[in-house]
Amino acid sequence: MTESAVHAKGVAFSYGDREALRGIDFEVERGSVHGFLGPNGSGKSTLFKLLATILPLSRGTMKVLGLDLATQAALLREKLGVVFQSPALDKKLSIRRNLVYGGQMFGLGGAALQKRVDEMLEYADLSDRQNDVVSDLSGGLRRRVELAKGMLHEPELLLLDEPSTGLDPGARDDLWTFLRQRENVTVLFTTHLMDEAEHAARLTILHEGAIVGEGTPAELKQSIGGEVLEITAPSPDTLAADLSKAHGVDARVVDKLVRIESSDAHGLVAPLMQSHGDHVDRVTISRPSLADVFLSRTGRRLSEDA
Amino acid sequence: MFSAVYALWHREVLRFLKDRSRVFSSVGQPLIFWALFAGALSKSFTPGGVDSYGEYFFPGTIAMIVLFTAIFSTITVIEDRKEGFLQGVLVAPVPRWAIALGKILGTSTLAMLHGLVFFAFAPIAGVPIDAGSAVAAFGVLALMAFALSALGFTLAWLMDSSAGYHGIMMVFLMPMLLLSGAFFPADGAHPVMGVLMAIDPLTYAVAALRYAFYGAGHATTEGLPSQALSMSVTVGFAVVMFALGTAVVLRRTARDAQ
Repeated sequence: MTESAVHAKGVAFSYGDREALRGIDFEVERGSVHGFLGPNGSGKSTLFKLLATILPLSRGTMKVLGLDLATQAALLREKLGVVFQSPALDKKLSIRRNLVYGGQMFGLGGAALQKRVDEMLEYADLSDRQNDVVSDLSGGLRRRVELAKGMLHEPELLLLDEPSTGLDPGARDDLWTFLRQRENVTVLFTTHLMDEAEHAARLTILHEGAIVGEGTPAELKQSIGGEVLEITAPSPDTLAADLSKAHGVDARVVDKLVRIESSDAHGLVAPLMQSHGDHVDRVTISRPSLADVFLSRTGRRLSEDA
Repeated sequence: MFSAVYALWHREVLRFLKDRSRVFSSVGQPLIFWALFAGALSKSFTPGGVDSYGEYFFPGTIAMIVLFTAIFSTITVIEDRKEGFLQGVLVAPVPRWAIALGKILGTSTLAMLHGLVFFAFAPIAGVPIDAGSAVAAFGVLALMAFALSALGFTLAWLMDSSAGYHGIMMVFLMPMLLLSGAFFPADGAHPVMGVLMAIDPLTYAVAALRYAFYGAGHATTEGLPSQALSMSVTVGFAVVMFALGTAVVLRRTARDAQ
């Protein structure tokens, strides 16, 4: 058995002419929380569907929990817990009934199933609402039911597609608190939210079907040199060119702002204002976020509302 | 795997029982249909071998009940796909034919129960019913319910919207019912209609139902396909429809991931 939970090589997928994944390689360590960050259209949802065995893998190879995704999908399903963006619950039935059906789908039954349902209701803090009909629940509670259902059969790998979408900040925190109490399971999630990506132990950044960054969130942020300096200016293009020449920095224009990534942005401000102060409206210094990492790797903003 | 079939079957029945308007309308609607047709046509049209149109239309009403129940129950496949429930089933370690079987058995059960309730009105319609004929008719009912549920499932699986399914219902399923001998016998109809009725597999199911109530050699079963042929075609119809339902589910396409 391999060490990694997922081992992918040359994974590609196209919807007709549109290439969603362009041959990506990655590893997901067993027992880790691994995130895939990218905007809509980056290919992360396609990757999720391939891993969930909904889409057939046709190009490249993926070993998931030691099984070949292309040929052993049926075996693999027993070890997967899948939580979709739109909950796969029967909204007309109660929480408990949904969990019972979920367990039966995985071959559980009888007293063992009832016991496991009780445990998961307890774990997800849903015991006192177990007879509520799903359509009466808030988005956060539904996601929790969905999670409880996905973990009923004690999967080895939990797949989550945009787990925070549609949840308010409080419900998001609850969700991650809940996930962190997990028992020996690898968690793989996709997201387009940088806040959520921070929850990952390791992160893979996807853009237009390719991997543009990989590492821990801290490593990724460090990779862009400590601080980010952004300058609002009347003519940003000229200023960027002048600054690059005068101070030997890599000044780029992104969204009409002059942008410098540097380990010493502080020290740069004074000389910069001295030489080009007349052409500057405003200067901001910030610690790099994952959004900055995305921007620096792709030249595009990671749109939060995508 | 059997627990998955059981879960899908159970869900279908439970959802029906929870929906009071569906319980009421599924029993009330065919009864109203039957009473209206029987009342309206009692003077103008009484086929040979029966005492009233109400008696003639009785087995036809059972076919109608089964068809309508199958349609309205399998249409939920489209909802299940839209609302995401189906995705959860597709990622479970369940062979896809078991998904088809669970859903079809659930729908068949509902259709059978509705048909069975209607059996109680046989004496009012003047249809001879006793323990023997009831058991025989129930057998045919079960086969018909399975076949039409499988047909409904297949169509619903292929459809993207319930509006599309309604379209198919009007141009395909309704004519299938009208041409089955449920409403009128083949012998008085235009020869072209006769041919269409002979092609319609439901014709044989309705005939099998008439044989179950009246036995062979009764005036009302004259002009129908033979009892053996009727039963064989009905069994074949059920087998072929289930095979078709399984075949559409087995195709793993990008559509499953919508």
